[in-house]
Amino acid sequence: MHLVYPAVLAALLFCVGIYGVLARRNAILVLMSVELMLAAVSLNLVAFDVWLRDEVHTGQVFTLFLIALAAAEIGVGLAIVLLVHRNRATSAVDQLRALADRDEEEPEGAASRETTTT
Amino acid sequence: MTEREILTTSGQEIVFVLVGLVVLGAAVLCVTTRQLVHAALWLVVALGGLAVEYLLLTAEFVAWVQVLIYLGSVVVLLLFGLMLTRAPIGPSPDVDSGNRRVALAVALASAATLVTLVVDAFRTTWIDLETPHGESAALGDSLFRAWVLPFEALSVLLLAALVGAIALSRARADRADGQADERGAR
Repeated sequence: MHLVYPAVLAALLFCVGIYGVLARRNAILVLMSVELMLAAVSLNLVAFDVWLRDEVHTGQVFTLFLIALAAAEIGVGLAIVLLVHRNRATSAVDQLRALADRDEEEPEGAASRETTTT
Repeated sequence: MTEREILTTSGQEIVFVLVGLVVLGAAVLCVTTRQLVHAALWLVVALGGLAVEYLLLTAEFVAWVQVLIYLGSVVVLLLFGLMLTRAPIGPSPDVDSGNRRVALAVALASAATLVTLVVDAFRTTWIDLETPHGESAALGDSLFRAWVLPFEALSVLLLAALVGAIALSRARADRADGQADERGAR
């Protein structure tokens, strides 16, 4: 099989994941897009491992590790998203601005900053 | 000569391309659909198609691990997360943030760069699929001989992630008690 097919498929899948991470608003959909990117990387690892005929199966073992890491990441990520949803009643990533670098013209942020500095 | 070799495709390549189109279509639908639960189901299609691709690349053990863990647990966890954050059934209008156009531009630019680079780099490279590489016996052998230390470290990391998830979920109960106490004091 030509190596270009899996490599191009992995590249396109990765870019779909990039679009999802940047464009989605719901935190769980962002996590899903991260999963797509991880899956693209593991397709690359498997394809190159089969191509190179590695003695110790480095690429495929890394894919197994990557799948386990993705499961751990989803577990912790979903716990964080659920906690945020309970505390803030939202899971939209662009509404969580408690740590944002606020502009000066915003009255509430400026006022609170003055009170904290004094 | 290279042109001719590219044009003569084997049956495996045809199946690979067809399944790849299914995977890509499902992935695009997963990141563009307006129904949250449908996004998770399209993710199932994309990851299942990827398992088929692994089978075509003769990596059978990875394929079944993918089916077991990704389709079996990760997607179920995602669906649980969607239900627990009260995802609406039916289309929701505000699933995409305002920077959709920028995201599309970035994705298209990186896709063009990566595809050009990859095609240029591996134009004359072929995978030999006659002898399978990735049966369970050989892979398990190298996993528990050469990679046993990273494997154990990974199990510790999974334990840490589990404890972390439990700690994050339990933090709410203590906080609620604290708030109730504060309210009572007031």
